[in-house]
Amino acid sequence: MAGICSYGGYVPRYRLNRMLVYQAMGWMNPANIANAGGEKAVANFDEDSITMAVAAGLNALNGMDRSEVQGVYFASTTMPYKERLNSGIVSAALGLNDHIRTADFSGGLKAGTTALLSALDGVEAKNLNNVVVTASECRLGKPASPQELIFGDASAALVIGDEDVIAEFKGSYSVTHDFADHYRGQSAKYDRQWEDRWIRDLGFDQFIPEAINGLLNKYSLKSDDFARVIYDCHYAAARKKLGKVLGIAPETDQTNLQAEVGQSGTAQSLVMLVNALEEAKPGDKLLVVSFGSGCDALYFEVTANIEKRTDREAISACLSNKAELDNYTKYLVWRNILPGDAGLRSEEDVWTRWSALWRSRKTVLGLWGTKCKKCGTAQIPPQNVCVNPECGAINQMDDYLFSDKIGHIASFTGDMLAASLNPPAVYGQIEFEGGGKMMFDFTDCNLDELEIGMPVSMSFRRKYYDEKRDISGYFWKAVPVKEVK
Amino acid sequence: MADGIKDKVAILGMGCTRFGERWEAYAEDLATEAFVECLEDAGIEKKEIQAAYIGTHIDEINVGKAAVPLGVALKLPYIPVTRTENYCATATEAFRAACYSVAAGVYDIVLALGVEKLKDTGYGGLPSGGSMGVKPFMMGANMTAPGMFAQLATAYSAKWGVPMEKIKDAMAHVSAKSHANGALNPKAHLRKVVSEDQIKAAPMIAYPLGLFDCCGVSDGSACVIVTTPEIAKSLKKNQDIVKVKALSVSVSSGEEAIGNTWDGAHFVTTRIAATNAYEEAGIKNPREDLSMMEVHDCFSITEMVTMEDLHISPKGGAYDDIMGGFYDLDGKVPCQVDGGLKCFGHPIGASGLRMLYAMYEQLLDRVPQERKVKNAHLGLTHNLGGMPHSNVAAISIIGID
Repeated sequence: MAGICSYGGYVPRYRLNRMLVYQAMGWMNPANIANAGGEKAVANFDEDSITMAVAAGLNALNGMDRSEVQGVYFASTTMPYKERLNSGIVSAALGLNDHIRTADFSGGLKAGTTALLSALDGVEAKNLNNVVVTASECRLGKPASPQELIFGDASAALVIGDEDVIAEFKGSYSVTHDFADHYRGQSAKYDRQWEDRWIRDLGFDQFIPEAINGLLNKYSLKSDDFARVIYDCHYAAARKKLGKVLGIAPETDQTNLQAEVGQSGTAQSLVMLVNALEEAKPGDKLLVVSFGSGCDALYFEVTANIEKRTDREAISACLSNKAELDNYTKYLVWRNILPGDAGLRSEEDVWTRWSALWRSRKTVLGLWGTKCKKCGTAQIPPQNVCVNPECGAINQMDDYLFSDKIGHIASFTGDMLAASLNPPAVYGQIEFEGGGKMMFDFTDCNLDELEIGMPVSMSFRRKYYDEKRDISGYFWKAVPVKEVK
Repeated sequence: MADGIKDKVAILGMGCTRFGERWEAYAEDLATEAFVECLEDAGIEKKEIQAAYIGTHIDEINVGKAAVPLGVALKLPYIPVTRTENYCATATEAFRAACYSVAAGVYDIVLALGVEKLKDTGYGGLPSGGSMGVKPFMMGANMTAPGMFAQLATAYSAKWGVPMEKIKDAMAHVSAKSHANGALNPKAHLRKVVSEDQIKAAPMIAYPLGLFDCCGVSDGSACVIVTTPEIAKSLKKNQDIVKVKALSVSVSSGEEAIGNTWDGAHFVTTRIAATNAYEEAGIKNPREDLSMMEVHDCFSITEMVTMEDLHISPKGGAYDDIMGGFYDLDGKVPCQVDGGLKCFGHPIGASGLRMLYAMYEQLLDRVPQERKVKNAHLGLTHNLGGMPHSNVAAISIIGID
């Protein structure tokens, strides 16, 4: 039976209080006070939909044998590349092998569930097993627009397979409409939307019931058969009305995290599903419905396997690990909405040498190093000649993965001279448990919290953005590991 | 059997420009200025120079690659000219090549000239990126020199259990001393006396290094003409002959950067280069035998740990010597007697020869009383090129008998 084998989620550390945005831009659109409650999750300056997809993917793969993964399906409407397979970058960063199937799903916001359905189809047909489905979004609303307040950045990942599933896939029902409530053209930076009343009354009020009733009828179910009804709708009033019409009890209505995270596009229904799985009990029936150019409704039943998972937290762990972004203009600069001057040093030309990147792809994207066959010394970046002076073996190296290793800070600094969108640039030497040492940028941390010896984990981040050639370059950074209390 | 460089080469003449923000000058202008002084000091004619080495570091804003710019700038008459480059040890490498050329008996009179034009970048600090190859763009940290050297301080504090406040005190004393020395030197870039309190209150550049913990970014040139001791003696009948006692270079093996043994709180290369240099020069106890030093104080923390790596202060114990004035101008082994990189300035490709110039003018008693080192007979220069975890250390020792 096909289903969900594992889940993972990611919400970036920074949260922007919506009232801060409203205080800056509300003068232009006072009606936005209606959207100004709570906070929205904001990707750090070095994050995008790819890096967040990797974070969720690593969370889902934690403890799994990566060599058994046969596919990566990545859904997003904010992929950094139109041409260059985004899921290929995700796959390499997840440390998966090259001989797997990968695909990007985009266009409408229901692409997240469509990717999920495609993976389930592949597994049910016995063509694929252990497919990582990840949806990740980093959508931009124009300053003063409702979208600027409503949208939030987040990602989710599910591993789809047919052994030891924690939630069995029972069926689905899809609806497709060319309903242009939101759209972006070829070169649009910002989302555009039609009138809220039309989106609410014609879109959510009609299509959500169409999908849910379609599924209930198809499988002879009632809405109260479900322990959780998980559906994408960020309008609070519409949710209330839909709950009544569809008979969804408030305690089964899965939170959309609008007050904590914000609407996360293709990731929205999957983030909610992951959040529901954290609490789900064996036997629970879950109904998942996406929204955007139509709807996909999927029906799962949780199995006893879910209790075998020791660390149930995913999205909720991210919700509690947050830092306030107390500066609206910093957000604007990070998203390149307000082009700040990072100094002449920042204007030095960065050339992406594609042929060199290809040569170093395993290290740059996957954080692979080498381990000496003769003396067992782990080393990164990969070496031909063993660095151990007692050994010095030449060309005796095995591949060795560092992305999943814990490191410790050996030295650090906070650099005000280095050009950075989040100064000071914090970096230092990391010594890995099991051997290996390298200088890394640090991220998601404060300089004054750092100490020598502090543990760090590795996080895939955007290292640079070459505006002239529209290239996002990636590498790994060190993130101090939160104290487990 | 090889027996080293000691007493095989003599310095015939030296020149050094004023260092600083030389907005009016190209590298060629600076090189000419240093060369004119050097040639006059040597008391020879240009055509007597048989070979030359030029040291330059940054390609993009200096004179570009190769040695041709020196031949063209000085109109050297079709002699062999070769470029040396080894980060901040660039000029010392030019000097070493010139000395070895003479010691090998291939040439009698050889020129080494270092020059760097840095102040055409348009921003503070050294230009980053470019010179490091393709890999750092893909997998290096977003680093600068101050940030890389600043890490010495965090690692040193952890290694030796010295609180950061004490390190800040010692670093402030290091910089205040160099400012005091530099203020006395008309060729120095920064000529202002600065107090330790001012230094500690300065804006942070890279934690824990503040503005005054970082050396000046300067334009400048320095050069030397070397020959055999016999020729020097014949040309300089009435003065002491400054002879080369040791030339020692050590380059990182990768162990510091990616191995698991280095503590991040010292320079492996400097320790090895120093041991080798003392052996070559026949120095048993550097703390007693050396008259003075010019070391690579690109940052105050670099000077602090270098005092230990040169085997003069005890390991983990530089604080007491520094605060006790051991390295002050009137101390036992004065350090940075001309102001150092900190205040004389640091045009990368010229610095090694500028240090040598400072030792040379002291040995020949050519400095005014106010900045004179007493009984100077043996001077050490030390360059550290690159970053603490991956670098080249170059030591020269020169002296009079």
